[in-house]
Amino acid sequence: MQLYLPIADLPVNVFLVLAMGAAVGFVSGMFGIGGGFLMTPLLIFIGITPAVAVASVASHIAASSFSGALAYWRRRAIDPALASVLLCGGVTGTALGVWTFTQLRALGQLDLMIALSYVVLLTTVGSVMFSEGLRALMRTRRGAVPPRRTHNWIHGLPLKMRFKRSKIYLSVIPVVIVGIVIGFIGAIMGIGGGFILVPIMIYLLRVPTSTVIGTSMVLTLVTMLFATLLHAVTNHLVDAVLALILMVGGVTGAQFGARAGQKIRGEQLRLLLGLLILSVGVRFAIELVIRPEDLFTIREMGVSG
Amino acid sequence: MRAALAVLLVLLLGSAARAERLIVSVSNHRVTVTPNYSGEELVLFGSVEKDTATPAGRKTYDLVVTVMGPRADMVTRRKERVFGIWINTDYRQFLQVPSYLALFANRSFEAITSPEIARRQQVGLNNVLLTQRVSGDYADVVPNDAFRSGFIRLRTQRGLYREDPSAVTFLTPTLFRTGIPLPAEVPIGTYEVEIKLFADGAFIGKTETAFEIVKVGFEQFVATTARQNGLIYGLVTAAMALMTGWMASIVFRKD
Repeated sequence: MQLYLPIADLPVNVFLVLAMGAAVGFVSGMFGIGGGFLMTPLLIFIGITPAVAVASVASHIAASSFSGALAYWRRRAIDPALASVLLCGGVTGTALGVWTFTQLRALGQLDLMIALSYVVLLTTVGSVMFSEGLRALMRTRRGAVPPRRTHNWIHGLPLKMRFKRSKIYLSVIPVVIVGIVIGFIGAIMGIGGGFILVPIMIYLLRVPTSTVIGTSMVLTLVTMLFATLLHAVTNHLVDAVLALILMVGGVTGAQFGARAGQKIRGEQLRLLLGLLILSVGVRFAIELVIRPEDLFTIREMGVSG
Repeated sequence: MRAALAVLLVLLLGSAARAERLIVSVSNHRVTVTPNYSGEELVLFGSVEKDTATPAGRKTYDLVVTVMGPRADMVTRRKERVFGIWINTDYRQFLQVPSYLALFANRSFEAITSPEIARRQQVGLNNVLLTQRVSGDYADVVPNDAFRSGFIRLRTQRGLYREDPSAVTFLTPTLFRTGIPLPAEVPIGTYEVEIKLFADGAFIGKTETAFEIVKVGFEQFVATTARQNGLIYGLVTAAMALMTGWMASIVFRKD
């Protein structure tokens, strides 16, 4: 069944988009991530312009992270204090990100920047995650105990605050900075940032695993809602019809993904996720290096009359 | 005095040259694009009316039909290889160029008229005026300019620019018809149609008509709202995201 997307200005097959939403939802439910880093590239590959893809995926991630956050809230696995400090940074970062997005679009370098950020971020995070997963897997094979966590330089920073539910005592500076960074790249790349945020919170901020996913979902939810709003107001690029199809597919797929994820061991899960992230990054890198089919592109500046 | 005579002479010659009258009509003056619209073809009918001033020996006519969609500014960018990756480097701005452009004729443009008249009457995609801004200057450039030909090629690939020198058919020596194909992603707005009449290589007159393309339905409503009420549109989309997420958490609640 063909459906015309009003903002993307393109007819698409509803079932194809629904299936993409479900597939990405499955993966995101399995790994406990938003899945934006998979959804945005998939949309670009089926012919939707990167700008519309980034803006529309924001609302799709908001939907999936809201259903996730509700579940974590019921289990009391969200730290409200930590979430609000993160959000201070997140909202600022999102506003900065959308502003940069608009500037880059005017310069004609938006598509390039989106592709470059994907290459840099995904190959780095992917290879770190993959090698870490590999090492963890080797360790469990050999039966060695994982190294004990120690305090690092971040815990020496001033402006400390007690986060009761997470049972940590931490400076607000790194928390706000993490919020800004995630909000910024989220708005530019159309990702929730969960796959970067969760490792940062665990390894750098030492947030306990009991509250980390729920809290990161709150940040994703609010920054993505805010990004949707800003993209709609400044660039008019949010395709609500596309977003709705993605959401419905996504939230459904996520439920089955979550069940599948419980059957796989943590280290293997991380290894798989690392591989997945890495391959998306490499795919973008190849796209940049090979000669494009057509060297020319046209952008319409708004029809008059 | 001599100048006045010259003007008078030109006027007289002009009216003499306008001995034929063109009468045309399109099959539909208002095309509505619905969500399942996948392209359409309009038909343009017309006839060449001779009168007493028509030279007796004139039997055959040539026609060039130009269809121009709503005008817009467009930027064409060119990618170049920089440090091993392909990035947009150079660009040209095309000012108020037609978003849809189609040129039809009954035989090849070269056969209809001389290159000089073809250029003046903008016959053929190579001769249509496409104003560019080149570092502060406003001008059209030579037809084989890389940006101009790149622009026309891309528009042609999308079915938005086309030229077909065999689209116009004469049913009788004076009665003609041509189809105007409109692709699925046709821009909305007012379309101008110019019909130019040639005989023996000379331009002898033209007439104009127009039609309108409007989009209707839910999709158009969404697109208009997104452009005009960005804030409300954003809020509704955000609310929709929350609703979907909430519904999912109710439907799939495990306990």
